Amino acid sequence: MSRLDSKIPEGPLAEKWTKHKNSIDLVNPANKRNIDVIVVGTGLAGGSAAATLAELGYNVKTFCYQDSPRRAHSIAAQGGINAAKNYQGDGDSTYRLFYDTVKGGDYRSREANVYRLAEVSGNIIDQCVAQGVPFAREYGGLLDNRSFGGVLVSRTFYAKGQTGQQLLLGAYAAMNRQINRGKIKPFNRHEMLDVVLVDGKARGIIARDLVTGEIERHAAHAVVLATGGYGNVFFLSTNAMGSNVTAAWKAHRRGAFFANPCFTQIHPTCIPVSGEHQSKLTLMSESLRNDGRIWVPKKIEDARAIREGKKKPTQLSEEERDYYLERRYPAFGNLVPRDVASRAAKERCDAGFGVNKTGEAVYLDFEAAIMRYGREKALTEHIQDPSEELIREFGEKVIENKYGNLFQMYEKIVDQNPYKTPMMIYPAVHYTMGGLWVDYNLQTTIEGCYATGEANYSDHGANRLGASALMQGLADGYFVLPYTIGDYLSNDIRTGPISTNTPEFEEAEKNVTHRIEKLMSGSGKHSVDHYHKKLGKIMWNKCGMSRNAQGLSEAIEEIAQLRKDFWANVKVPGTSKGVNQELEKAGRVSDFLELGELFAKDALQRAESCGGHFREESVEQSGEQKGEALRDDENFKYVSAWEYKGEPKDAALHKEDLVFKNIELKTRSYK
Amino acid sequence: MKLTLKIWRQENAAAKGGIQSYPIDGIEGDMSFLEMLDVLNEQLISKGDDPVVFDHDCREGICGSCSLQINGEPHGPDRLITTCQLHMRMFKDGDTITIEPFRAAAFPVIKDLMVDRTAFDRIQQAGGYISVNTSGNTIDANAIPVNKEDADESFNAATCIGCGACVAACKNASAMLFTAAKVSQFALLPQGKVEAATRVLNMVEQMDKEGFGNCTNTGACEVECPKGISLENIARMNREYLSASLKG
Amino acid sequence: MTSSSIARKFAMALSGLFLVLFLGQHFTINLTSVIAPDTFNNWSHFMGTNFLVQAVLQPVLIFGVVFHFIMGFILELQNRRARNVGYASYKGSANASWASRNMIISGLVILAFLVLHFIDFWIPELNIKYLQGDMSGLLESGGGYRYHEELVHKFESHLRVIAYVIAFVLLAIHLWHGFASSFQSVGFNNKYSKGLTSFAKVYAIVIPVGFIFIALYHHINHLIH
Repeated sequence: MSRLDSKIPEGPLAEKWTKHKNSIDLVNPANKRNIDVIVVGTGLAGGSAAATLAELGYNVKTFCYQDSPRRAHSIAAQGGINAAKNYQGDGDSTYRLFYDTVKGGDYRSREANVYRLAEVSGNIIDQCVAQGVPFAREYGGLLDNRSFGGVLVSRTFYAKGQTGQQLLLGAYAAMNRQINRGKIKPFNRHEMLDVVLVDGKARGIIARDLVTGEIERHAAHAVVLATGGYGNVFFLSTNAMGSNVTAAWKAHRRGAFFANPCFTQIHPTCIPVSGEHQSKLTLMSESLRNDGRIWVPKKIEDARAIREGKKKPTQLSEEERDYYLERRYPAFGNLVPRDVASRAAKERCDAGFGVNKTGEAVYLDFEAAIMRYGREKALTEHIQDPSEELIREFGEKVIENKYGNLFQMYEKIVDQNPYKTPMMIYPAVHYTMGGLWVDYNLQTTIEGCYATGEANYSDHGANRLGASALMQGLADGYFVLPYTIGDYLSNDIRTGPISTNTPEFEEAEKNVTHRIEKLMSGSGKHSVDHYHKKLGKIMWNKCGMSRNAQGLSEAIEEIAQLRKDFWANVKVPGTSKGVNQELEKAGRVSDFLELGELFAKDALQRAESCGGHFREESVEQSGEQKGEALRDDENFKYVSAWEYKGEPKDAALHKEDLVFKNIELKTRSYK
Repeated sequence: MKLTLKIWRQENAAAKGGIQSYPIDGIEGDMSFLEMLDVLNEQLISKGDDPVVFDHDCREGICGSCSLQINGEPHGPDRLITTCQLHMRMFKDGDTITIEPFRAAAFPVIKDLMVDRTAFDRIQQAGGYISVNTSGNTIDANAIPVNKEDADESFNAATCIGCGACVAACKNASAMLFTAAKVSQFALLPQGKVEAATRVLNMVEQMDKEGFGNCTNTGACEVECPKGISLENIARMNREYLSASLKG
Repeated sequence: MTSSSIARKFAMALSGLFLVLFLGQHFTINLTSVIAPDTFNNWSHFMGTNFLVQAVLQPVLIFGVVFHFIMGFILELQNRRARNVGYASYKGSANASWASRNMIISGLVILAFLVLHFIDFWIPELNIKYLQGDMSGLLESGGGYRYHEELVHKFESHLRVIAYVIAFVLLAIHLWHGFASSFQSVGFNNKYSKGLTSFAKVYAIVIPVGFIFIALYHHINHLIH
């Protein structure tokens, strides 16, 4: 018997959200003034939720570990945000966006949630333009679109390679307006370390002031967790250094189920690892695959020569190159979804065709695009028989206009000019589709505790399409949560202020201080990073782009062992008073060490390949799809939601069966 | 390579700080500047010393967390980058590198190289927004056409990451470029024009209240800005401010 | 008007632009001392005795000068306060010109020069005209206006000429940054700015060099004769 009630409204798919909005309870404006909401995390999901809730009249407290809400990691999203506006008239619609997202997610997401997401997507763009987000425009003054992986329409709105930044600054501006009005109280440089339950309801949090080191109690009528993903469990990822699972994990420990932890997105276009000292990986936007062609040498000798520095990629003729995505997936070519592109790169590199020193890189080549754009431009300028140099000059200009900041970023890191020589890229951990289980209202299994954005599991199934994370974060924060949370809070209009002077807060605070003391009292053998790197290696090797039962079982053992070692021997210098960045890291890594194990356990039980989760045991054995991932709808058409039971290995599995009434389950083919 | 690091150490806001010298070895050109500091911190931790505290997060030049005055320049000697994008190949074996926090009365030191930049937040709170409700009941996005040039220029101003390099570079610790970038972003868009006058007046008032210095047009901010935000924005803000003041 | 940083900056720019204009006018008259001493005398007499110039323009000019200096000092003090703890290592040359970073130094030299200039010319003028009541502007010997001869006489001294040259070099540096930057301060930065900036830079060199030329001309003339 499952305790999971997804609360999906009845009725036809396209009417569910409207009907739901019409039927849920509202809180009158006078009563909203008496209700407090805590929002943890100030990225797109948290920032937008905080601003909207404050605007509605609730008293909002926001928490972020950064020194300003504007620095949340949504800021790093590059390529764009999807919306079913159909401005290009290329056949886009709400249904198509819904369909693409469900298919892209390999049929492991909830139909109703995804449809709602597609439904409100257009509003997001309207909203952001009204807020002054400077999206890219065409010469006629209207908004421009680009295309992204896994879809056949152009529905991605963008602001050069800094779309996340612009959207986040929009949400931050909306927050600032409410801060100025006194409706939001921001607690920056604060980290949430526990959620407090009173009578089974989330009624507050315990947070540590990262400047003074003080442990604080904060009460509210509801708690929203918008704390992002847990990609940093791999140590190396494109996440910010501080991105962590702590808030979500604390909620999990208090009763929130953790869903699909093994669904991780490994992004195909990142800058390859350069050495042991590497602290983080840098993404090169997926939008680059619009114009870049991915290849490795056809002959293994050439790959070897390139690795040894004896040959340059530009010396290889067209015939000597293997554009393996175009070869394997002629319909989508370089724009296959991320999971497919990543696995294909790994396959080539594992086969010995990698092109950098470590053998873990493939080329992303703009030569063809530069020449194509250059010729187009020469044509529009009415230049007869333009020279190759002129074409190249024109073409490079066009490319610079589109991706200038990305090319500059690449050159600074790799010290090679990507206009002249192809970029080198390799997959890296980027996003986690898994997260806290939520119902249709975005409420976790703890009453009054909500999860939005990447922190929840809801919309992307087993693989997220490009430019959909921004869409989901803002949809949750601006348009979904503010409605659904009202339904819950309407029961709290007579509750009055929540006191922090209760045994529940006392217990939670003690729990936090005790854990900090324990972290500070390790034997002092190894630094926090030592453990984090070790965990990352286990995760990458055994729970990475391809997984098998044996590796996963080993990972479970190894992580448990590492966790034990961590608690006995970690070294956290200094004291818990004042700024102590090692202590902050230690707390986060201690939670990753638990999550990692659950991650492996989840991957082990899901003996199918779907989306970003590729099990070597589950591949197509024959036919056109031979070697591609094999999904098993008969046995695994569910969300795995884990209940905390002490050690991660003892976690109890609950299954939410996924019902597909509007979409036919098909083998995902991009051929 | 082998380097000597001279780093500002300061226990907390109230304590008196000073420069301390640290030799470091085995640094490779492919490391970022922050990865070099990671190496130093690992060494300090293993010796039982307190690691150097510095702000950093995304490490790809967009969050604006990292700061650091490196050899007398914010974000070091390279251009159009943040400290996290500065690579050690910019230095040579045997170099001495002085690392200090961004200095301004409005950016008090919290610890070591970490400073408090919330003054920037307060400037934004004073008016760095367009007062529309986030309910989504707005007109269609394409109902507001925006001239591409204005949109592009607005975007260029909006790329400010709020790192504070402009303040750190300016001999007067002025925050004009930061404030001007936000004022410009909105002043260039039709949506932002409605509140343009009150916005610029309020933001400048807050900027002055925070204790930043006056702009003397040295142009250091523009040179050191990791996003290359143009001085034209400051001229635009001056214009906006003067016309707003005249309107009264 | 001086309540905000931008207003102060605007006021600095306006008073500066006014002084720049005055400088051009002063230079034009002085130049006639080289090419046409009579014209110089006539102009000097006109300027020294015309009611409008003396009672209206002169106080405005004095106000402009005093305002520009006082405001300059206030700004400098505020700016120093804005960085209460200095850098151990500060590489100003990496991102800004010496002229722009040291307006207070060039400004102080110009101020010192002005003191000298007032002692040299202005105070004696006031003495003759208003204390002694001699508004004729004529030489005691009766050989026409006295202004040119006084000017020539002043430039006989080596020390004065050296001080003059140094002061005008610093003035050039001050104008090099100040003139062009005043356009930015008043909000003028567009496609015309490049041309205007070039003009300002040329002006910043030509006028001070011209003043130096006049001083050297009279000095060398004296040495030859």
